Amino acid sequence: MRVTMTVNGHRMDADDVWEGESLLYVLRERLGLAGSKNACEQGECGSCTVFLDEVTVCACLVAAGQAHGRSVRTVEGLAEAGADGAPGLSDVQEAFVAAGAVQCGFCTPGLLVQTEDLLRRTVAAGAGAPSDAEIREALAGNLCRCTGYEAVIEAVRLAAEWTERGRPAGGPARGEAR
Amino acid sequence: MTTPTPRTPVPVHSPREAPSPVHSPREAPPSPASSTPGGVGSSPRRPDGTLKVTGEFAYSSDMWMDDMLWGATLRSPHPHARIRGIDVTGAVRMPGVHAVLTHEDVPGEKRYGLEYRDQPVLAFGKVRYRGEPVAIVAADHPETARRALDRVRVDYEVLEPVSDPVRAAFDPDCPLVHEAGEDLPPAHPAHHRSGNRVRYQPVRTGAFADGATAAEVRALADVVVTGEYQVGMQDQAFLGPESGLAVPAEDGGVDLHIATQWLHVDQSQIAPCLGLPPEKVRLTLAGVGGAFGAREDMSMQVHACMLALRTGRPVKIVYNREESFHGHVHRHPARLRYEHGATRDGRLVYATAEIVLDGGAYASTTAAVVGVASSLGLGPYEIPHARVDAYGVYTTNPPCGAMRGFGAVQACFCYESQLDRLAAELGLHPVELRIRNAMSEGSRTATGQRVDMPLPMADMLRRAREMPMPPERAAAGPVDVRALPGGVANTSRGEGVRRGVGYGVGLKNLCFSEGFDDYSTARVRLEVVGGEPAVQVHTAAAEVGQGLVTIKGQIARTELGVERVTVLPSDTRVGSAGSSSASRQSYMTGGAVRAACLAVRARVFELVRAAGLVGDDHPDELLGLAGGKVVSGARGVLVSLADLLGASAVEETREFRHRATEMLDPTTGQGASHTQFGMCVHRAVVDVDVDLGLVKVVALDAVQDVGRVLHPQQLAGQIQGGSAQGLGLALMEEIQVSGSVIRNPSFTDYLIPTILDVPPMRIEVLEHPDPHAPYGLRGAGEPPTLSSTPAIVAAVRAATGRPLSRIPVRPEDIVGIERD
Repeated sequence: MRVTMTVNGHRMDADDVWEGESLLYVLRERLGLAGSKNACEQGECGSCTVFLDEVTVCACLVAAGQAHGRSVRTVEGLAEAGADGAPGLSDVQEAFVAAGAVQCGFCTPGLLVQTEDLLRRTVAAGAGAPSDAEIREALAGNLCRCTGYEAVIEAVRLAAEWTERGRPAGGPARGEAR
Repeated sequence: MTTPTPRTPVPVHSPREAPSPVHSPREAPPSPASSTPGGVGSSPRRPDGTLKVTGEFAYSSDMWMDDMLWGATLRSPHPHARIRGIDVTGAVRMPGVHAVLTHEDVPGEKRYGLEYRDQPVLAFGKVRYRGEPVAIVAADHPETARRALDRVRVDYEVLEPVSDPVRAAFDPDCPLVHEAGEDLPPAHPAHHRSGNRVRYQPVRTGAFADGATAAEVRALADVVVTGEYQVGMQDQAFLGPESGLAVPAEDGGVDLHIATQWLHVDQSQIAPCLGLPPEKVRLTLAGVGGAFGAREDMSMQVHACMLALRTGRPVKIVYNREESFHGHVHRHPARLRYEHGATRDGRLVYATAEIVLDGGAYASTTAAVVGVASSLGLGPYEIPHARVDAYGVYTTNPPCGAMRGFGAVQACFCYESQLDRLAAELGLHPVELRIRNAMSEGSRTATGQRVDMPLPMADMLRRAREMPMPPERAAAGPVDVRALPGGVANTSRGEGVRRGVGYGVGLKNLCFSEGFDDYSTARVRLEVVGGEPAVQVHTAAAEVGQGLVTIKGQIARTELGVERVTVLPSDTRVGSAGSSSASRQSYMTGGAVRAACLAVRARVFELVRAAGLVGDDHPDELLGLAGGKVVSGARGVLVSLADLLGASAVEETREFRHRATEMLDPTTGQGASHTQFGMCVHRAVVDVDVDLGLVKVVALDAVQDVGRVLHPQQLAGQIQGGSAQGLGLALMEEIQVSGSVIRNPSFTDYLIPTILDVPPMRIEVLEHPDPHAPYGLRGAGEPPTLSSTPAIVAAVRAATGRPLSRIPVRPEDIVGIERD
């Protein structure tokens, strides 16, 4: 079957899709967007999290056919979503690198999408920066095996601060030593 | 032929400082500080960070080529069975299937192995664990390949599994997993291999070395504590699945893009199985989604190469998560018995340990794990009379091998539990008892090895005890259910919640031990690019997430005074870097990069002399490289590297070795088997719901000595990540095996800590340089994984009063329900 989606703002067609293929498989193997990761393909790890019509889903649990005619945004589409619209890393992406929240990086794309969603619901909606408890709750479905999550929480705090007050020019701000 | 998705060489110039969460009271003067931005001791940005946050970083499972096929693996459904026959006819006939291969198609050696070649590429004769590869398929779609597997008919004669490691170790009537006449290579004579035993290693000191019995030695002690312990099978649970892409080459060889911990040891195992010379099996490191020991053994490497060579097309294999649980080795589960005796004033008199490690069906690194478990089985304590007996055995359980902590983790849980029991008997604070018996520089381990580097254990324990405590639970007022054990799943209002505090300390060997020729290789090139000096660093070392790629650039900047450094992709075109394991890469590949940089420096200084900028007798010590210029202490800037080098390049390759280590004596276990020791101390604070059997770790704080901090931010990531894996082993992580079958091969049923399970982790880092190591550094990745587990279990014991001699601790252990 043919599956047509809007992916990161561009209309894309995938042909000869077998009905059993997941959205994740089509993104990775048919559309060349390998940024969404295949860590468990059981909906447990969150590494394949994408926006489907701006709602976060595990792409491994969505049949490709279910995404037909809909809009998908993946980690590859986050950079364009920067606050000032300029190309480059988004606040969330930049904060993850700056805070040391990226080690092997396999969980990172899913965490970035989920964090983007959290900040949109909180600080960008005028509700203020999320508390640590809210950060933990929002990211509870994303497994990371490398960091122990401390740097991840630090990255989300930093991204929230930048979203609220703007990212300092000339590179990322120095975070507070905690 | 097109090339697979390339990995961009990683530029590491323009480093930006990152926040440092490390509190670092410097105990010693720093070694020569880097004047070059982004050098040793600072926290420059990871060079692969941008690619990893944009989704462009190419992991092994992301490799793709236009004409590639998908490989899949048929695995044994039985843990122990004889293979009577294999019929692939039905699979071969399927449209879209390009090859179906069995053991008969293995071109060369039929077996491989990391230390001991006992593992079939594809099973022949017998299968020895459930999930053992039996046949492989290449097809044009992964689903076609999976369906073809269903059409392979294997006729099995099912045999009784050998599931009990204690029986495998001690019962002479236990069936053999590897039968006589299997034509296996000879075992190391010092390993006491016999029956199902892969290795037996005794250690004897004091009266035990003179043949004293336990009863005789026991009489020397006022207080005796004994314990029997169990450690469950832990999974490394890296997130990036086993995967790679094999591409057939025109010279009859193969190029393999692979996620591994050690390219050259893979190459040395793959080439003989393919019947090819090593130079025709070329490996390039693809992006690695975590490792933690599980990628030290091979998984799909030979299979992908066989299918690619047979079909003449690139073949990609990607395991799914269930397959991954069967596709790599795990941490050895263990049964352990300990006895400690002390005087009334809390001085250890003697200790004994019997350690049985379940190696599963194939040897993997079991012999080396026994070497660590025996030599470090009693931990960092001064004990006059010691007796350790460590066994690693074959069973038909899943094969076990390397995981972060490597044999030291299992023992650490037990000796720390013993120290707590002893402290309770003596009425001493657990920290006080540990301090009274702490090793320090100059102490001897149970193997008679003198600790010839700083080991400030007593100070570390004091610091851990003095770290600020988390706030007490509010006695009254509204309850935030998210803060309770079990979180929103908790059904109480916290009526049964008790708080406990516990401590743990562990001793880990760093780098390879027991006489292994441990080395790494680095090639460093200095040249002028676009008018600016630039450095290329080339090694075969595996970046697995730990940040070695950053460290290599920092060292080059520090030693060559050049900001612009490019770290080339790791591959087998340069000499071996050894394994990214044993916490060794900063030491070993860091040491090799430094050595190569120093050789480049010396060559540059020769050019300075040849150009007449200084006299022929001007010593190197008065010259330096800084800011892209050659400087002299007396005369300032002599020349810029751009002017000095012009169009020429300076390139040097160096091998770096740590000092030699010794084998353990096969009967007394004596010998300086380790090159370096690492230590971490943890203090855990937990809330336990004693009615529901649920635990919330409130704080998990650590004190670690790392000799010298190379990258404060990455160091914190190692300590916190290692601590979290220890938390998992303490409270939730276990591959449940019954009848030699894994019952929970998924992330639904095998639980790893989430962001809700891991508490804030305060870190205090000490820097007492090891005089034998580059920059004085000490490997840092493993020690936190040892000590966090016993600290957490001790805290749960303190909260509940339960003995808790088994990890992971289960809810029923806390509420006191007996298992049948």
